[in-house]
Amino acid sequence: MKPATRYSTTHREWAAGFAFASPWIIGFLLFTVAPICMSFYYSFCRYDVLRPPMFIGIENYRFLLMESEKFWKSVYNTVYFTVCRVPLVIAGSLLLALLLARPRRGIGLARTIFYMPSIISGVALSLIWLWLYNPKYGLVNQGLALLGVKGPMWLNSPAWSKEAIIFMGLWSIGGGRMIVMIAGLNAIPQHLYESASIDGAGWWSQFRHITLPQLSSTLFLLTIVEVIGSFQVFTEAYLMTSGGPLDSTLFYNLELYYKAFQEYNMGLASAMAWLLFVGTLIVTVFMFHVLGRRVYYEAEQ
Amino acid sequence: MLIKGKTLKNVNQQTVIWAGALLMLIPLLWMISSSLKTPQGVFETPIRWIPKPVYWENYTKAFQAMPTLLYTRNTIIITACSIIGYLVSGSLVAYSFARLRWPGRDSLFYVLVGTMMLPPQVTIVPLFVIFRNLHWINTYYPLVVPAYLTGWPFFIFLMRQYFLTIPLDLTDAARVDGAGHLRIYWSVILPLAQPALATVAIFAFLLHWNDFFGPLIYLAEDSKFTLALGLMSYAGRHQSEWSVLMAASVVMLLPPLMVFFFCQRYFVEGIALTGTKG
Repeated sequence: MKPATRYSTTHREWAAGFAFASPWIIGFLLFTVAPICMSFYYSFCRYDVLRPPMFIGIENYRFLLMESEKFWKSVYNTVYFTVCRVPLVIAGSLLLALLLARPRRGIGLARTIFYMPSIISGVALSLIWLWLYNPKYGLVNQGLALLGVKGPMWLNSPAWSKEAIIFMGLWSIGGGRMIVMIAGLNAIPQHLYESASIDGAGWWSQFRHITLPQLSSTLFLLTIVEVIGSFQVFTEAYLMTSGGPLDSTLFYNLELYYKAFQEYNMGLASAMAWLLFVGTLIVTVFMFHVLGRRVYYEAEQ
Repeated sequence: MLIKGKTLKNVNQQTVIWAGALLMLIPLLWMISSSLKTPQGVFETPIRWIPKPVYWENYTKAFQAMPTLLYTRNTIIITACSIIGYLVSGSLVAYSFARLRWPGRDSLFYVLVGTMMLPPQVTIVPLFVIFRNLHWINTYYPLVVPAYLTGWPFFIFLMRQYFLTIPLDLTDAARVDGAGHLRIYWSVILPLAQPALATVAIFAFLLHWNDFFGPLIYLAEDSKFTLALGLMSYAGRHQSEWSVLMAASVVMLLPPLMVFFFCQRYFVEGIALTGTKG
């Protein structure tokens, strides 16, 4: 008698489980699995949406990798952007977190101010910074002029356009990353510091031997998120520079967008999406191997 | 000696903190200041921080030169419908992953976490094709319907993490009393999970209020534009009207800023919940 009841309650729970999860399962099949399969097929096709896709083998991939200068330019720009931006964001927000982690007078207000820019994004963010970076009348160059420095043309200069977008990014996301790091810092057991200072360890040595190892899993996670995010930079460049000047801010996703939604070359765009996916995967796995090994985990497993 | 040194260090750190905070505020102050200058006043050098005269007409122009009210209405419709979708479907799914036992649950959860890593570009072209075949281009369906099918797995993840922290005893007690799953979900889990629901609502609000890429791809007609898209198309046509553009930016930023100031607690909780429990 008893096992039978058990059996049926288990089955009822299974049914309920699937039923409750069904919005995601359906959405996953319709909006993730199906598009992935379609995208993979399109990447081997010539396809302009109006006429049915025509299979052309690896031609899209061959064109991108062997012939397209714009493709390689966009790869270069995106890698440059990522390599400059990620260390700056991580180091900057770590510094902020170290300053703002401990309770002190006015700390709540200070954290609020640093976090506030994180809720500004997209169009408003781009418009504010377009105006700030205005070579002649913008605040940035006016401020530099006060210091006796003649500011560059920023977004109008091929040499400074990427840097301009990177600096803007620091302002806009540093505070959000800081909050994550503060949560990580506050999770470090206080007694570690206490016993270290009894042993006479100075600030630097405490930072190196306690803070960094204890925070390493947070730092590692943020680095991965940041790298993947930097690969996907789009809106700022689309709105502020349209990829210019001289393609200096033609990032990968911008080139993909132009191919897909201006030239309606959906096959080529799909091939680009897959190359990005594979590239992201390789970089992530590489980071897990190289950095993941240095991450310190509590001996709880 | 030691105490003196410590105080000095503390004062220095305070100086650094507040100088940094000022630096963070300056772009916003500059935006507000510019929004109150005359069209010529913005080009005045050296910079005058307090506008003279204070030129409120930029704000009336921000509403007259483009259909800002209509854009706002459109944005509210899309945002509100999406938030409801994320809350309803997301919490159901999260309940299933957190509290119900069924075969394949854990592996499917890994798949769900995996899809958070998937670059959206991989699916954007086929999604466009799918929505085009459904004749959904230039409607709000592509922007709203995915929310009801949990288009943003991050929210499920966030809610599941929170549901896991609700003590099992509470749901077990309800179970002993003969409550079904739907009942436990509705009258035990949901009331206790309000902070998580609020966090999801806030993040979803910001996501859709600021969304640019979705409307850019799917909306074609000016009367259907959102604030973000409308403002950007106006900016493209009137590139040097900085005072009006800054006024419109202030208008667009006000709702997110207000939500931020009234709901700060949920921001920090949400970030802590997902940021540390990788």
